[in-house]
Amino acid sequence: MAETEQVNETRATPGSHSSHGSRSPQEAYGEDLWPGPYGPYSRLRDGLRAYRMIAAMWIRSTMAYRASFAMTAFGNFAATSFDFLTILLMFSQVDELGGYSLPEVAFLYGVVGVAFGLTDLVIGSMDRLGSRVRDGTLDTLLVRPAPVLAQVAADKFALRRLGRIAQGLFVLGYAVAVLDIAWTPLKVLMVPMMVLSGAMIFGAVFVAGGAFQFVAQDASEVQNSFTYGGGTLLQYPPSIFAKELVRGVTFVVPLAFVNWVPALYVLGRPYPLDLPTWVAFTPPLVGAGCCVLAGLVWRAGLRSYRSTGS
Amino acid sequence: MDRDDMNGIDGTEERDRHFIELDRVEKVFDVRKKTGFLRSERREVRAVDSISFTVARGEMVGYIGPNGAGKSTTIKMLTGILTPSGGRVRVAGIDPSRERTRLAHRIGVVFGQRTTLWWDLPLIDSYRLMHRMYRIPDARYRENLDRCVELLELGDLLDVPVRQLSLGQRMRGDIAAALLHDPEVLYLDEPTIGLDVISKAKVREFLRDLNTERGTTVLLTTHDLQDIEQVCRRVMVIDHGRLMYDGPIAGLHEVGDSERTLVVDLERELPPIEAAPARVVKVEGPRQWLAFPASESAAPLVARVAAEYPLVDLSVREPDIEAVIATMYAEQADRARRAGEAEEAVS
Repeated sequence: MAETEQVNETRATPGSHSSHGSRSPQEAYGEDLWPGPYGPYSRLRDGLRAYRMIAAMWIRSTMAYRASFAMTAFGNFAATSFDFLTILLMFSQVDELGGYSLPEVAFLYGVVGVAFGLTDLVIGSMDRLGSRVRDGTLDTLLVRPAPVLAQVAADKFALRRLGRIAQGLFVLGYAVAVLDIAWTPLKVLMVPMMVLSGAMIFGAVFVAGGAFQFVAQDASEVQNSFTYGGGTLLQYPPSIFAKELVRGVTFVVPLAFVNWVPALYVLGRPYPLDLPTWVAFTPPLVGAGCCVLAGLVWRAGLRSYRSTGS
Repeated sequence: MDRDDMNGIDGTEERDRHFIELDRVEKVFDVRKKTGFLRSERREVRAVDSISFTVARGEMVGYIGPNGAGKSTTIKMLTGILTPSGGRVRVAGIDPSRERTRLAHRIGVVFGQRTTLWWDLPLIDSYRLMHRMYRIPDARYRENLDRCVELLELGDLLDVPVRQLSLGQRMRGDIAAALLHDPEVLYLDEPTIGLDVISKAKVREFLRDLNTERGTTVLLTTHDLQDIEQVCRRVMVIDHGRLMYDGPIAGLHEVGDSERTLVVDLERELPPIEAAPARVVKVEGPRQWLAFPASESAAPLVARVAAEYPLVDLSVREPDIEAVIATMYAEQADRARRAGEAEEAVS
């Protein structure tokens, strides 16, 4: 009884002039707490905020199984290491691959490894979107006061993916240490630049691929062929691939800007296609452009989902 | 009512009466059917076909209909998940599809078959996430949580990982999660599906309390007619995307012309019981099934049978919802025809 009275009392606070006791959120929460206008900036802020909270929940979830976490993190590291082991094995038979030495290939490999690892860590579960559409759990995200992209990106956030980044960093570190090139400050700066803009480019591919799954729910393998497939492709020097393929990943899906274009400048090698030198410094722009495009594709995908519901 | 006296001066009363408003809302889907390896045929499906209704603030409304009738599609348009193909939707003055995130702060949604709770984490963790995601002030959060914990009997469950909860416990947990941010409207999609009798009763009782104490508007879809009878004063029936009936539950039986069944166990095998207007529809040894109009009380019939026959046991069976709707569908078409004739006669 006392409990009920207390509830009634709190309801009679100023601001609740409605006789039913239900206030609008503005009244209930006060102006400063209310999210306010829904402009692009506040959407970004809300998205990052939601992302942080959901990612933290997933970390807690995985920590419920600590042993399993440790094993999968190690497994992630080991599996990607085997990847590089293949390249080492190749070099035990040959001295160069497409004209590139082991440290040079390791450099290409390391940049892609870290860039892809970062993307995989941040939005690695985008390929689950199709199954969320199929089983209807996407709807539960759409009734939350947070951007859907942030919620989907944070889905299944897993720290074990640090294993891939760690492995990439090892290889990259080895390459930088043994590479026989004249390091200028510009070339040194280009390494983190490549990694970050590379992560942006991969991120855009992940998001666009996710958006595609609004239309084709079983397309996760198509997406994976671009992301994982593209990642593997870039581990090798462009000189071993056909010109058409190199053109494709330079001009159509600009994966070449993750490492090939800028890294060949760092290594002092000519790019197989006829590109001016300044193109080597454009990855941040390409990355930003890709992200904008991916954002538009995502919006179109979500709009199509909301109008078809399938 | 004194509510009108208090709010009549400004526009609040008008707004409250049209708290949820649908005006000739349509939802058309393009369904593609594969006819070959790459070829497919397009077909238009009207999941919701020009539905209009209003729900006043504080009402409890049941929304029923057979599978594929358009119930979920309507709920999805009301929550901003789907964009209507035509017509106008307003919830608390907000256009759901345009301002999805703004609306999210004012509505609570429970999907009966999809939990929003975190599987591997203790129940309380899911609530803490709601607390932060909805920016619920600490005091309100605590107050609402305490209230839900008490009324939904969640006290012992807060520290249990959700995967270890029973279906009924999880459903109660989901309902609490949908209410922590003080929503003005609560949508429930099949909230009692798969629950045992006790859990169902708890959920229904909680919803009634929520409505009387907080004035929360409740809209629930269900297959279970008892959900509606015990919770809602008003029921809407939808079939083939059209609103077939909108009114009190008692009227549903009248309109539907449905029948309830009295199952009678006699001491021995006897010829069919005579108790008009009830009629025997089935005899199996000493057990007989009597059908009587659902709109009539069972009491006189029971008294009569008990007085005239050697009675061992009896039970009353409610008409099943699909049957009610099926008869109503035919009835409604018939009535529409008659109304048309009457109109002609007048003019």
